[in-house]
Amino acid sequence: MARREAPEINAGSMADIAFLLLIFFLVTTTMDVDKGISRKLPPIIEDFVEPPPPIKQKNLFTVLVNSSDDILVSFGRSGAGTDNREERYVQAIEVRDLAKVFISNFGKDPSSSDNPQKAVISLQNDRGTSYEMFIAIQNELTAAFTELRNEEAMNRHSKKYKELTKSQADEIKDLYPQKISEAEPVNLGG
Amino acid sequence: MSKFKRKGKGGTPGISTASLPDIVFMLLFFFMVTTTMREVDLKVKNTKPNATEIQKLERKSLVAYVYVGSPKDRLATQFGTEPRIQLNDAFAKLSDIGQWVETEREERMEAERPLLTISIKADKKVKMGLISDLKQELRKAQALKINYSATPGEIFGGKKK
Repeated sequence: MARREAPEINAGSMADIAFLLLIFFLVTTTMDVDKGISRKLPPIIEDFVEPPPPIKQKNLFTVLVNSSDDILVSFGRSGAGTDNREERYVQAIEVRDLAKVFISNFGKDPSSSDNPQKAVISLQNDRGTSYEMFIAIQNELTAAFTELRNEEAMNRHSKKYKELTKSQADEIKDLYPQKISEAEPVNLGG
Repeated sequence: MSKFKRKGKGGTPGISTASLPDIVFMLLFFFMVTTTMREVDLKVKNTKPNATEIQKLERKSLVAYVYVGSPKDRLATQFGTEPRIQLNDAFAKLSDIGQWVETEREERMEAERPLLTISIKADKKVKMGLISDLKQELRKAQALKINYSATPGEIFGGKKK
């Protein structure tokens, strides 16, 4: 019995099928990668829990943003009370450097933070603040920490923070913990 | 006379298209790998703010999305222009968030539930009042890991403000 050759299948339309699939995927999918600023919200404070101890004024760096997106930064001063704090109206891009100076004070200036572990940055916004401004400030504050960590990583290991091993990175993270508090919403008006 | 005879007519030979499917398949796989399925039908305007200090969300399966923004133009007659919250495929009230977080948790494996991240995809024109309310609701629902979704780029698009 003669073996019959199987007839070849015409693959000419393969390209059409593949194109069809390709176009389907192009239409139904998005390239959108999820990137953003990660934050952890504080748990709701229960009534029976003791309120946390107050933070020394000099260790507190407050950023207030009102409903017209004006920024007021207040920090420093060792004395008790809020009356003798340094207050400044600033632009969004100035926040980063002010925060960096504040965090990396290490007690040099007695009216600024004791050390980065104690330094707390508090961000307060009004209900009328735009989300764009809020993210911009969040971004600048995060950038302040990133830059400080990078500088420290450069000093210690001559590498960028991101390129360090886990244990090296943790050491620097402990030195500059990212303490940004998003205060309870208030109505600042303005 | 000449030794080399021209075969047939001149002209260019046809280009073989046999490898065309391979090329197209390659493109297809590229898109399949790099893109994600569009999960929801966006009903709100969503231009995310710019930021430079952004991190990638690692595990997509552990992320739930909240969209905030004014309703799209085609829906403006029905829903107005006031910013609203969208969960899954529908507009939601603030009071729905607790329930929604619970449902999202239920869908994940038990061991992974504490790792659930809420990605807030808000339009840059939204006022913080609504975002603060949303954050309060998330705190009440014990969904504390959040991510403010942003597009890579200089803040305010590089403009001074």
